[in-house]
Amino acid sequence: MIALLVAVFTPALGAALLAVLPNLTLAGWLNVALAATSVGGAVTLAVEILNSGALTAHGFHIDAFNIYLVVLTAFIGLTTAIFSRPYMSHVCQSGRVSRTHMRLYHAMFQGFMFTMLVALTTNNLGVLWVAVEGATLATVLLVSLYRTPEAVEAAWKYFILCGVGIAQALFGTVLVYFAAQHALPDPSAGLTWTTLHAHAAQLHPTVMSIAFVFLLVGYGTKVGLVPLHNWLPDAHSEGPTPMSAVLSGLLLNIGLYAIVRLKMLTDGALAQGTNPHLAGQLMMGFGLLSFVVAGLFLHRQRDIKRMFSYSSIEHMGLMTFAFGIGGPLATFGALLHMLVHSLTKSAIFVTVGHATHVAGTQAIDHIRGLIRTQPAVGWGLLIGVVAISGFPPFGVFTSEFLLLSATMQYWPWLTPILLTGLVIAFAGLFRHLQPMVYGAAPIEQRAVRANMLPVALHLGLVLWLGLAIPGFLSRWLDQATQLIAGSHLL
Amino acid sequence: MTLMHLSLTEQSVFVLAALVLLSSFALLAQTRLLSAVHAFAWQGALVAAVTALMASAGDEPHLYLSAALTLTLKALLIPWMLHRLIRRLALERHVETVRRPAVITLAGAAIVVFCYWVVLPIARLELAATRNILAISLSVVLLGLLMMVARRQAVSQVIGFMSMENGLFLAAAAATGGMPLVVELGVAFDVLVAAVLFGVFFLQIRDSIDSLDVDRLNRLTETDTTTVPGTEARP
Repeated sequence: MIALLVAVFTPALGAALLAVLPNLTLAGWLNVALAATSVGGAVTLAVEILNSGALTAHGFHIDAFNIYLVVLTAFIGLTTAIFSRPYMSHVCQSGRVSRTHMRLYHAMFQGFMFTMLVALTTNNLGVLWVAVEGATLATVLLVSLYRTPEAVEAAWKYFILCGVGIAQALFGTVLVYFAAQHALPDPSAGLTWTTLHAHAAQLHPTVMSIAFVFLLVGYGTKVGLVPLHNWLPDAHSEGPTPMSAVLSGLLLNIGLYAIVRLKMLTDGALAQGTNPHLAGQLMMGFGLLSFVVAGLFLHRQRDIKRMFSYSSIEHMGLMTFAFGIGGPLATFGALLHMLVHSLTKSAIFVTVGHATHVAGTQAIDHIRGLIRTQPAVGWGLLIGVVAISGFPPFGVFTSEFLLLSATMQYWPWLTPILLTGLVIAFAGLFRHLQPMVYGAAPIEQRAVRANMLPVALHLGLVLWLGLAIPGFLSRWLDQATQLIAGSHLL
Repeated sequence: MTLMHLSLTEQSVFVLAALVLLSSFALLAQTRLLSAVHAFAWQGALVAAVTALMASAGDEPHLYLSAALTLTLKALLIPWMLHRLIRRLALERHVETVRRPAVITLAGAAIVVFCYWVVLPIARLELAATRNILAISLSVVLLGLLMMVARRQAVSQVIGFMSMENGLFLAAAAATGGMPLVVELGVAFDVLVAAVLFGVFFLQIRDSIDSLDVDRLNRLTETDTTTVPGTEARP
């Protein structure tokens, strides 16, 4: 319990502290220290949960599914904080961000971590909504941090579209509560996930299916599912790069996490009905559409950060599709994919941040010869993209292979679409990547100070997961699979 | 079941809910910003009144708190903030040209019909009394959405956004007898922060495009070939 409080509330404390701390150098280090404390809490909590099973207390509920996301979130928060310290002080020195805004940045970074950890650990669907909305509110001012017309426009779009989307999710939540009023012995516990899950079969199926549609649209906006994805490339490309890394690597996961939790309830309610897989089929449809459309859009991008945000949409679509298929194999694959995608994508964004500093622009056409100018950044980008495209021996290959096998098992005729989509996305990434990393470097291009430690760490982990998933982790993911799909894979 | 069989409280809840829906249409048709803010404040007050009625009918004291919260936030605080911003941005006399007002109003009516259709399966349950409320609150949510789509002015879009939230508050209070207190407080907090952030954004948008016409926020597109957005500074 103490570990839980440390993991979740350290960032809240940090947000308050960093908002008033005037010394920016100290703030950068403190940001790292707070993130590290949170990781410590999360890991301790994970060990407790793995040894003694799920923990439900004081409005929190931790089981194998969310604890792995808590550890992942805290870990990527830490590596991004390590990256952001020199990066943001560099941005501050170049005069693009004032000192007040730097304080805002640090405070909101921690505030964002706090809302995400609350969203993951809470047992209450209402608090989940509040936390997800809170994550939007914490990041919206960071997207417009540079105050350029583009940044302000991106932030406005982000705010409005996510606000509208999330309002639909609240309506869905109200409907779930409405259904619970007539099914639960204690109606006031009608938003408690564990209680709802225990009584899922009594929930009214029609109300639950209407509610799920609203919830899917609402949280789907956060995941960036097509056609609700418009805010995502703008917000990811205009904000500071550390924000892009956490938005792509973590925030999208939270939306998907919420959808999966609610799918578990809806499946329970619909189990006896005429169409028990309605929720899954909706997710498959949205997921596959996002996967294919984002893959096609990859080809048309001219901004490097926009390109990788479309790649995020593509992968989130794939995961949504996989969770929609259900069954142990697809669920295990989707959980693994969530893990490796977050690690790889945040590593890529960190590298992209350095690459844009080297080239002085985000335009793909003007980023050339990275390997020649700064080999670490060039190779980092190349290896990151190789990993995210699903080449062996990286972890993304393993998870995509599992997802393909699951598709062949349950929906064989969808396999060609999936394979084509993967090839299209691969081609889209590489046609832009090749001239950026090879190619002739402009003469005046100089190397910058780059901290590649987070990248090396993330890509190393992804490589490790591709070669051999350690026993404890596979058992862990298997426990989560059991929770979601109802049966073990291993 | 006819209306006469309902208790007086339930009848008044229905009347008030119908007035909330009416105020949504008023918002949709209102082209002067200040009048729109006033209509929005009235809508908030009506939602608060519904909540208070439900509290007295169901004997649920925590709903009184929720009603007070809605009244302060939606009928007083946020309209006051919007009022101040409009005056600060010198938009008091601003009259917005709404394109195709007839189509928009008809679309609004169609939305209401659609919402009644969506809740039909719920209405077949024994919960007949709540189906009207659910349909109306869903209509208010979607009418707010329509307003955001139809308007090009940032302040009107925000009013549309906030009136969506009113629909959600109505659903929570009238259909389910109020969400748990912690959730109510959390939602209210989020709405308040959102309102403050919107104010910040009005100023940022005006500084960046010298107007609050969001149609002019059009730099970020998929097919833009001439300018490349967002370049990071060279060290």
